[in-house]
Amino acid sequence: MSDAAQPIKYFEKRERAYPKRIWGKYRKLKWIAMIVTLGIYYLAPFLRWDRGPHAPDQAILIDMSAQRGYFFFIEIWPQEVYYLTGILVLAAVALFFVTSLAGRVWCGYTCPQTVWTDLFVWVERIIQGDRVKRMKLAKGPWSLEKIWKFALTHSLWIVIGMLTGGAWVFYFNDAPTLLEQIIHFEVPWSVGGWIVALTFSTYLMAGFAREQVCMYMCPYSRFQSAMFDKETMVIGYDEDRGEPRGRHKKGDTWEGRGDCVDCTLCVQVCPVGIDIRDGLQMECIACGLCVDACNQIMEKVERPAGLIRYDTTHNREARLSGKPEITHVMRPRTFWYMSVLVVVGGIMLYGLLNRSASELHVLHDRNPLYVTLSDGTIRNGYDIRILNKTHEDILFKLSVDGVQNAQVRIQAAGNPDPSALLVYADSVAHYRVFVSAPKPSTARSTLTFTAASASGDIIETYSGIFLSTGR
Amino acid sequence: MSKIDKDEHSGVETTGHEWDGIKELNNPAPRWWLGVFVITVIWSIGYWVVYPAWPTLSGDGERGGTTGNTGWTQYSQLAESQAEIMARRAAYLDRFDAATFEAIQADNGLYAFALAGGASAFKDNCATCHGTGGAGASGYPNLNDDDWLWGGTVDAIEETIKFGIRANHDETRFSEMPAFADIFAEDEISDIADYVLSFSTNTIYPTRGKTLYDEQCSLCHAEDGTGDRFQGAPNLSDAIWFYGGKKGEIEAQIRRPKHGVMPNWNVRLSDSTIRQLAIYVHSLGGGETE
Repeated sequence: MSDAAQPIKYFEKRERAYPKRIWGKYRKLKWIAMIVTLGIYYLAPFLRWDRGPHAPDQAILIDMSAQRGYFFFIEIWPQEVYYLTGILVLAAVALFFVTSLAGRVWCGYTCPQTVWTDLFVWVERIIQGDRVKRMKLAKGPWSLEKIWKFALTHSLWIVIGMLTGGAWVFYFNDAPTLLEQIIHFEVPWSVGGWIVALTFSTYLMAGFAREQVCMYMCPYSRFQSAMFDKETMVIGYDEDRGEPRGRHKKGDTWEGRGDCVDCTLCVQVCPVGIDIRDGLQMECIACGLCVDACNQIMEKVERPAGLIRYDTTHNREARLSGKPEITHVMRPRTFWYMSVLVVVGGIMLYGLLNRSASELHVLHDRNPLYVTLSDGTIRNGYDIRILNKTHEDILFKLSVDGVQNAQVRIQAAGNPDPSALLVYADSVAHYRVFVSAPKPSTARSTLTFTAASASGDIIETYSGIFLSTGR
Repeated sequence: MSKIDKDEHSGVETTGHEWDGIKELNNPAPRWWLGVFVITVIWSIGYWVVYPAWPTLSGDGERGGTTGNTGWTQYSQLAESQAEIMARRAAYLDRFDAATFEAIQADNGLYAFALAGGASAFKDNCATCHGTGGAGASGYPNLNDDDWLWGGTVDAIEETIKFGIRANHDETRFSEMPAFADIFAEDEISDIADYVLSFSTNTIYPTRGKTLYDEQCSLCHAEDGTGDRFQGAPNLSDAIWFYGGKKGEIEAQIRRPKHGVMPNWNVRLSDSTIRQLAIYVHSLGGGETE
């Protein structure tokens, strides 16, 4: 082992990217995506949706203390959390579908990490100037200019972070009320804690970690290649057309050389700091800024646009072998993703349309299983729960069927009549129920409970049991 | 002064201690570690001032220790949290103690309070004999049914819990059935058992059974076998048997009756708790109104 041998590097020091400002089709798309996604995030909690006097009027609300989730016309109870699972499955498969068609468009345009990083870079550029100025400022010594510019940048980042955390808590509380409380600094610790945590994480992730989140933290960016096929759109440099690259002076011939003038603008605008000309890379979030940059240059040097562009491997192979370039939307991969989307969406829709307005649950006593009364009849005890998911009080009539001459009695304050059990709007009523009957001939009989609303439009049944000595 | 001895291999100074040719090197603890250690020592002095720390011989202060200038101790914290619970309960308890059973039964909140308190006290004190569901066992009455030896109203149940049965209290409920093994012959006992069974089963019985029953048993158990709650004489005409309803079991009870004992709970439970228990037992299904 000689001293001159380079030690193996296990850690690559990060080169911070200073993306240069660019304008073009994809940059415009990114601005629109940012305005739309951030607009939804910040404003959605303030949307109102009238649900009557017994429920909150916030369109999107997760009410932890009351254990209810609201999304416009949908209201779910904790036991219906599978709707949330359904939404997550739908979101995941939709992401797979879009990725197999158009590559990492989620990463490039709508991922919160990308959107907030983009916003932070914009703030950075407004205060500190474009790429070269920022690099000079960062490398230079601490001067008065550097101090106030850095301080202002970081302050603005923290303000954006606070707004992010502030908007988050609105989804869990009545937004206008909470806004007033926040303005007066009268927030509970839970709310304050979330604001601080999200302020900090936004500041950290969008201000400092940036593309490292995509490279080292995000699992999705790593397994996306599993969703790619030959007809998936990816951003690529057309090396068949671009190579051999080299500087080009106006008036020089384009014969015998590639279209790439090696201006490195595509590298300068890249928010993750890679050279797209090296081919498809794990770090690439497919934001399209290099496409904008290259097209600008191609226009200047009067060559056709699209040296860097969205294209598919299939198209390149077709071009090289002289076949027509066709991209199929319907392929085995996209077909399966679409099928899963349709099936899961259908199940969700069916569930939502057939969501019951109430539920009846009957729990048989475990101890004692049955009681013999002095006249020889058998009595069973039950705990029943009637859920009223509507926003109106409902009177239920409880009846049993399946055991001859069964008598129903409610054991509760005021000895309520089984034919008039009040269940308040949006709540669960619990009653103790005793069912007595002359001793049946079998040890175990099926006893069907029915709770019907007075109007008769809600009928819930529960198949329970009636136990006895059986002798 | 000895000269400084350095270890040849590492160049570190030795402490001068040597055992069998092995020298101890002088590698002191790092400065930062020492610094932290000193800070913790200083910190502990502040801790002694603020919190209870040292045991004292005199037993002064809270539970024989220095109290610290804040006065905080684990005992005071416990007392505080207990007082908080009691204060929360008091809101109900004052109303509960003042209300009649009818008023409690009509009030959702009070009734739920009584049942919750009663259920918890039942599991702590009563479940040992009566079972967690109050279903009892042979010799321990089932509290779910509608057959009551001493009465099934809330007041009667409350009195039974308070003073017990055959317990060590002047007002305890007391009944005693004589042992008829010395009075009746075996075949006479068999006839009486047959007659007793006929109350609930309408079976044929020997006339001698009825004659002997009317003479010896009806005074307490009544001529029709319905018993007498005032004397604590069980109802023999229903479907519920305290010590078993087979003929042999009835005969055994005539020969040498068993007498159970229930303690008087007034020495152990508060009046409020006993009342909650009574309301809970009353709610198990067999409670009587008046």
